[in-house]
Formats: sequence, C-alpha cells, structure tokens
Amino acid sequence: MKILVCIKQVPDMESRFKVDSAGTWYDTTELVWRMNEYDEYGVEQAVQLKEQTGGDLTVLCIGPDRVKETMKKALAMGCDRGAHVNDPDYATRDPFEIGAIIAEYASDKGFDVIFTGMQSQDRGSAQVGVLVSELLGIPAVTTIVDFVLEGSTVNVKRELEGGIKAKVSVTLPALFTCQLGLNTPRYPTLPNIMKAKKKELLSIPVQDLLKVAFRLETVSMQLPEKKGGGLVLEGDAGELADKLITILKEKTGVLAK
Amino acid sequence: MKALLIAESREGKVLGSCSELVAFAQKAGSDSVMFMVGTDSNLPAYDGTIYLADAAKYGEYNPAVHKQLILDVVTKEKPDMIVFSHSSYGWDLAPRVAFALEAAQFSEVADIVDGDPVVPACNSKLRRRLKAKSTVKVLTLQAGAFSLAEPITASPNVEKIDTDTAGKVTFLGYEEAPKGGVDLGKAAIIVSAGRGVGGKDNIPMVAALAKALGGEYGASRPVVDAEWVEHARQVGTTGQTVSPKLYVACGISGAIQHLAGMKKSEFIVAINTDKDAPIGEVADVLVVADVKQFLPALTERLQAG
Ligand SMILES: Cc1cc2nc3c(=O)[nH]c(=O)nc-3n(C[C@H](O)[C@H](O)[C@H](O)COP(=O)(O)OP(=O)(O)OC[C@H]3O[C@@H](n4cnc5c(N)ncnc54)[C@H](O)[C@@H]3O)c2cc1C
Ligand SMILES: Nc1ncnc2c1ncn2[C@@H]1O[C@H](COP(=O)(O)O)[C@@H](O)[C@H]1O
Repeated sequence: MKILVCIKQVPDMESRFKVDSAGTWYDTTELVWRMNEYDEYGVEQAVQLKEQTGGDLTVLCIGPDRVKETMKKALAMGCDRGAHVNDPDYATRDPFEIGAIIAEYASDKGFDVIFTGMQSQDRGSAQVGVLVSELLGIPAVTTIVDFVLEGSTVNVKRELEGGIKAKVSVTLPALFTCQLGLNTPRYPTLPNIMKAKKKELLSIPVQDLLKVAFRLETVSMQLPEKKGGGLVLEGDAGELADKLITILKEKTGVLAK
Repeated sequence: MKALLIAESREGKVLGSCSELVAFAQKAGSDSVMFMVGTDSNLPAYDGTIYLADAAKYGEYNPAVHKQLILDVVTKEKPDMIVFSHSSYGWDLAPRVAFALEAAQFSEVADIVDGDPVVPACNSKLRRRLKAKSTVKVLTLQAGAFSLAEPITASPNVEKIDTDTAGKVTFLGYEEAPKGGVDLGKAAIIVSAGRGVGGKDNIPMVAALAKALGGEYGASRPVVDAEWVEHARQVGTTGQTVSPKLYVACGISGAIQHLAGMKKSEFIVAINTDKDAPIGEVADVLVVADVKQFLPALTERLQAG
C-alpha cells in the first residue's frame, strides 16, 4: 500500500496579523509556524493506515525552506519520507496551482491512498484535495470523520451539517480530505524525533512540477473593519469581574438587580 | 450576467440556505436559474426556473452524478457564475464543477465589493479580495453572509433533467447525531468552554460559572473532539444552534462555524487573552483575561450575591 499525505505549514492563528508591503498577503516575518490543524488528522490517519497494512508513507509539503521543520514533525509521527517542494512563492499560488503541483508529483507514483486536510487554516479554500483527485482521475471523499479499510474498500463517514453523518464506501485508489476529530493525533516521542532526523527529506524545485497557470489572484488583503459597539475590558481579574457584573445588571435581565 | 444557483436537499427536504443563493444573485445584480436534485413535492421558494433531477432516481448525494447534471445545465444556460453554499455539499461539489469548466473558484464568499468577491483568511482575522482569470466563475457562499430583505413566496417553474452517469462513491445511509443529555436550545444562559480553557480539568470551572448564573454549559468543537465534554453540548454548525439571553464564550476564538451556532444570542460576553480574537466581532463585551483567573473570580462574586 502506497500512501501520500499532504500537509501545509500555517501560522499560529492566535498571532497578531499584519498585511505585507505588497498588500496582498499577511506579513510573515514575526509569526510562529505549525502544521495546519486539519493535516495533523491526515498524518495520524496515514500513519495508522501504514501500521495496519505495512505500507509506505510519503509526506509532501509545498513551501519555502522553513516548512521542513513542520515536515520533521510528520516524519517523527511516523511518515517514512518527506518530499519538500521548494517554493518561496507558495503563498501567491492559487488552489489550482497547488493541486496541480501535488498531482504532478503523484502522477507516476501509483499512490493507493492520498490524504489532505479538509481546508488550510490560513486560506481556507477547501479546494486542493478535490482538485488533486480530479487531476488524477480518482474518487475523492471530503470531510471525513471516520476511516476503515477492508480489503480494497474504504468505509468512511462524511460529516454533514447538524452533526449528521453520511456513510459512504469507495474502492481504492482514492483521496480523502480530513475533518477535525477524525482521530487523536499522536505526539512525536523523543526516540521518534531522533529517528526522524535520519529519514529522507528530498527537496524538489517547484519549477519541476508546476505546469499550469493560475486562475485566481488576490487583489488585496485587509484587516476586517471593526464593527464597533462591543466593549473591551482589560485589567485585574477581580476588578474585571465586578465591572462585568455591573454591566450584566444594567444591560441584561439575567441577574437580579 | 446570469447565475446558476445550486440548491440543496437532503432526504427530500430543501435545506434552508437556498434563499441565501437568491439573495446573493440579487446583491450581485444578476439574473438566475436554479438547480436541485430533489423532489417535486418539496421545492424551494423561487421566482424563476429550477432544473430538477429526481432524487428518487439519483438517491442521496453522489459527486460524479451531481457534477454531470450541473454540467448539462451549464451547457444549456451558459451562466457566468455557478453559486453554491459553502456547506458539506458545496465544498465537495464546487471544485469538481470548477475543474471541469476550467473555472476559478472563490471559496466562502462573505461579501462583494466593487464587483470582487471578498473571502475570509486566517480564521476571519483577515479578508481577501479576489479576481478570477477565467470568464466562468464558481462561488461558494459563507453561511449567513447573504440574506433576503423580503422572503420569497413564489413557486419555481420546473424543468426536469436526467443523466446516465454513474459514480465511484457509494452512499450507504445516514447516521444521526448522538442524542440525549442536555437540550441547550432551552437554556436562557449558556457558558461555553473553548480550547482556551486549557484542559478537561478546567471544565468544572466553566460548569460552576454556568451554575452560578443559573444556566447550562456548552462547548466549542475541539473541546468535544478531545472528549472533555459530550457532543450534545457542542455549539455550532455541526452541533446545536442556540440563542439564549446571555452567552459567555470562554477561551473561544470565534471561528465562523462556532459563530453560526450562537451569534443570535441576545447578549454575548467573551473572555479571551487575545484582544484580536474574531469573537470580539460579535461580543457585546470582550473581557481580555485568562479564563483560569477570571472565571473563579466571577463565580465567587456571583455566589456571594
Ligand atoms: C465543517 C466544519 C464544521 C465545524 N463545526 C463546528 C462547530 O459546530 N462548533 C465549533 O465550535 N467549531 C466547529 N468547527 C471548528 C471551527 O472551525 C474552529 O476550529 C473551532 O470553533 C475552534 O474552537 P475554539 O475557539 O475553542 O479553539 P481555538 O480556535 O483554538 O481558540 C482558542 C481561543 O482561546 C484563547 N485562549 C487561549 N488561552 C486562553 C486563556 N488562558 N484564557 C482565555 N483565552 C484563552 C485563544 O486566544 C483563542 O482565541 C467546524 C469546522 C469545520 C471545518
Ligand atoms: N502548500 C501546501 N503544501 C502541501 N499541501 C497543501 C498546501 N496547501 C494546501 N495543501 C493541502 O490541501 C488541503 C486543503 O487546502 P486549501 O484548499 O488551501 O484549503 C490542506 O489541508 C493540505 O492538505
């Protein structure tokens, strides 16, 4: 069984974001980077599948040199090798270009299963996974919260609105996009972090894989205009509690006056 | 300009987001036609033509089949835009249609500014204005971003459509959401725990505040996924929708899927260490504090009465 899992490196969402000088993306200079949350579930599912089948697992990430740090986490979680598509301009690429790069990489490798996240936390397009499957001509099932392999059939649950799930089955090869809560991503142990340092981490220039033109461009990026109205309270916890009680008494009927 | 609006139905019932598609077309100043896989007996309110594929024949959602049905309508109607909801149906199907048409896709459109779609980035901390290179465009709309000033009462003019395509994904059935436990819908006061509360050990702190206020406690999704709290208490798109008199969000960032479940609350208080957290956009009061210090202080004062 050959497995591919795609991960993206994204900023910590609790960061204070600034718009970059070009005005089309966020400033990347002072951010803390981590693995896209949805992709952590993808890596965990891929590692479990590898353990179940004795398969071979590649992790792929498109981005500048710094993404190797995030790839090392995936290797320490249990991926066998890393394919780093070196692309300093990855942030300006649209989902179609990213999907096409991944599909080009995968096209001659015969992966049985490909995992991506349901969406990336910074861009949130929820497109890349499905586009890869369309480019490769294999079926895709999105937003999965359960994954069970039996023979060459996979039974999954797709999460729908209101907590309802659709049960579907699909024959491999296929692509799956992972939703939060699919599993419990493992923490890399120290021995596994050490072992990961020796694993292959191949770097491929993006020019070797990018063969399509983009379809979407960013005109501008902005901070949302504050709607105002909301009161912001700062200070000592005890004083804040007193202030809030006063406000609740004045503005709502929930506390007896 | 012409938009093809992709309505949704599940088990023969039209889903509520259809009117948002119509509201979008109005705002964009575009003519429209509609498409749905559904039944004759349950149609969305719409003043125009709906291309209807029979759900009895096609069953529940099947990506390849629904894609082909839409592409057939596109050939006939030549729309400039194909518009979906950003839902489990829309985000699954839209990229497939966009790919087939070599069209650019705008995901989770929240607004239109000077003709350009605006989408969120970084958990709504940023917004992006986008432009497409392609002439045909595919859009998915953020839930709740577009709404009609006046509800429509008209019935659509139905055109039946058909295809022979088969899909590779087999639908086996639905599984209902786990039931039981609390009904948050009935609570007048809800105090919800987010990932920012830090761990299962701190849930009693949230429950204690809820009790002191005479309400119930709820949770965001990561808290439920991590099994700190049971699913019945989850607030949001894939949990419950609530509108209590008072909603207190403790360590919750304010992702769109959480907001969808609670933003209609009468009064919203957020407790967060991050002054920029998007929950601030809907909160009447944002208390910038560590929940571990603030919650016990507040609970203590309420108990002292
Ligand atoms: C299809 C789909 C459906 C979804 N459905 C739902 C749903 O139904 N409900 C839902 O909630 N989510 C849902 N989500 C997930 C959603 O996108 C967010 O990931 C989730 O709401 C984040 O939860 P959170 O705010 O608790 O955690 P985070 O986003 O991690 O935020 C934690 C917050 O706590 C703050 N914080 C940290 N430490 C402290 C402290 N000590 N004191 C005070 N504040 C602190 C941080 O500043 C941050 O703002 C869904 C996602 C998808 C894709
Ligand atoms: N730069 C990237 N490198 C590798 N995988 C990516 C990249 N960008 C997106 N993906 C994958 O595509 C998924 C969906 O991303 P998006 O369409 O941007 O929301 C992510 O969860 C990743 O699995």
